[in-house]
Amino acid sequence: MIVAVASGKGGTGKTTVTASLASLWEGPLIGVDLDVEEPNLHLFLHPILTGEETAHLTIPVVDEATCTYCGACSELCQFKAISVMGRLILTFPEMCHGCGGCLAVCPEKAITPGQRELGEITWGTAGRQGFLMGRLRLGEAMSPPLMRLVKARLEQMLAQTGGDAIIDAPPGVSCPAINAVIDSDVIVLVTEPTPFGFYDFQLAWEAFAPLNKPLGAVINRAGLGTGAIYEFCREKHLPILAEIPYDRAIAEAYARGRIIAQISPELQGTFVSLMAAIRGLAQEAAHA
Amino acid sequence: MREIIIISGKGGTGKTSLAGAFAHLAQEKIICDLDVDAPDLHLLLQPTREREEEFRAGHEARINPEKCDGCGLCASLCQFGAIREDGAGFVINPWRCEGCKVCVAFCPAEAILFPEKHCGNWYISSTRFGPLVHAQLFPGEENSGKLVMLLKQQARELAKARGARLVLCDGAPGIGCPVISSLSGANLAVAVTEPTPSGRHDLERVAGLCQHFQIPLAVIINKHDLNPEEESAIESFCHHAGYPVLARLPHDIQVTQAMIQGLVVTELPETEFTRELQRAWSRIEALAERSR
Repeated sequence: MIVAVASGKGGTGKTTVTASLASLWEGPLIGVDLDVEEPNLHLFLHPILTGEETAHLTIPVVDEATCTYCGACSELCQFKAISVMGRLILTFPEMCHGCGGCLAVCPEKAITPGQRELGEITWGTAGRQGFLMGRLRLGEAMSPPLMRLVKARLEQMLAQTGGDAIIDAPPGVSCPAINAVIDSDVIVLVTEPTPFGFYDFQLAWEAFAPLNKPLGAVINRAGLGTGAIYEFCREKHLPILAEIPYDRAIAEAYARGRIIAQISPELQGTFVSLMAAIRGLAQEAAHA
Repeated sequence: MREIIIISGKGGTGKTSLAGAFAHLAQEKIICDLDVDAPDLHLLLQPTREREEEFRAGHEARINPEKCDGCGLCASLCQFGAIREDGAGFVINPWRCEGCKVCVAFCPAEAILFPEKHCGNWYISSTRFGPLVHAQLFPGEENSGKLVMLLKQQARELAKARGARLVLCDGAPGIGCPVISSLSGANLAVAVTEPTPSGRHDLERVAGLCQHFQIPLAVIINKHDLNPEEESAIESFCHHAGYPVLARLPHDIQVTQAMIQGLVVTELPETEFTRELQRAWSRIEALAERSR
């Protein structure tokens, strides 16, 4: 089972929930940080890293001696990454999405694959569990290509070890967030009952519900804000899997880098029930 | 004209709440919400829409099953794993399609359509603090960087037309395409951080991004009393890198109380918190004035 922890609004507690679940998960688990722009899971799980690779995207390199400036490549490219003007051909590597269209379409085979560095992928162990993360290179605009490579490695790791994976997703509801949850079996939406939290939660529901995956909510900072989010969950038949109370002691523990499931027996109980609720949601969907 | 962008790296540090307060404190400005993915500033400013436009960008490939002869070339060419054969034939998963047109160009049966996408809407609105340029990308859509550029362009033109001397922007979390687009041409970036391991880590990343694009950066430490050790680590990072720390704001429920009422925190009765924000705003204006 792959569980994706997503949110809509940032800072609602995705990493807190992911780290807490990872700390008490029953059976083998890989904790995966797919928030490649701002990965934070390692700050809480303190993994021992055993492997690292630099991730690349395939981009075009033009051999000007062979190029006839026919323009087939620039005509096909949807991202303005390759351009022919008279007897001049230019590539804009940072615009390239790596679709390989120019390489395939060139009648002279004048384009060969080059590389753009996307960032790093690192992996290792955190306690008895596996750990995997992507980290986007500063200045790199596109996170989905790196996320796809991290997910490919996750597939390999899961094939070796078996067990489950829990994904810490990026905030938002656009392409990076969709990319993080699309290969999961269950999506857990972490939110807070403030007006910002509620508004972004509705966006997240609109974005993720069409994926037809089991979906549940975790309400963090419960007691803060209004009741609108509870009403929305009732209306959409969206199960509330756990509530974490609004409590300054929790905020301070988080600020010190603690995993909050480990700070009190009550919170530990909350996350043990959350794990059971997630498993229940996945089983329900499997039998449906 | 000056352009100021509020960013954070990490989400949930208080960017939008502070951007709302600055929109209240600033004079002669255009306000612009560049978090087009999960925008929240309108919840504080309650805008009245005066102009509404569609945002169209990119295309989406779709197989016409009547023309498709099932050769599967498209699926083998697609670098994004977007094309799969299900029971009835080849289909394109719209969430995985990158809009690259490769399948369209190579399909021997010319069976793949390539319609333009309507990815969201953008608006020019009036608010109690002045004009607001904002947008909503449809959930699950892409091209947020392009929409950010479009909003900035609109905000600049509006500022020129109305003689405003400032464009004040609320940014998105992260360091990816919408943030990179929102930094371009800015005179000053203000990063709102918090003294937590994630807050500090993400501040360092977003500071690296500003350095990469040579945008001057100043910092506000929100919820500064949550962890004194992390706070001093952030102070020392800023000191060594030469980023002015403009304000240290306590972890305070009044920000949420204002949000629930649809107000910004500086509209509530004056407290030490709001006075610190006013001092921060004066320093931001001075810094933006000095830059370039």
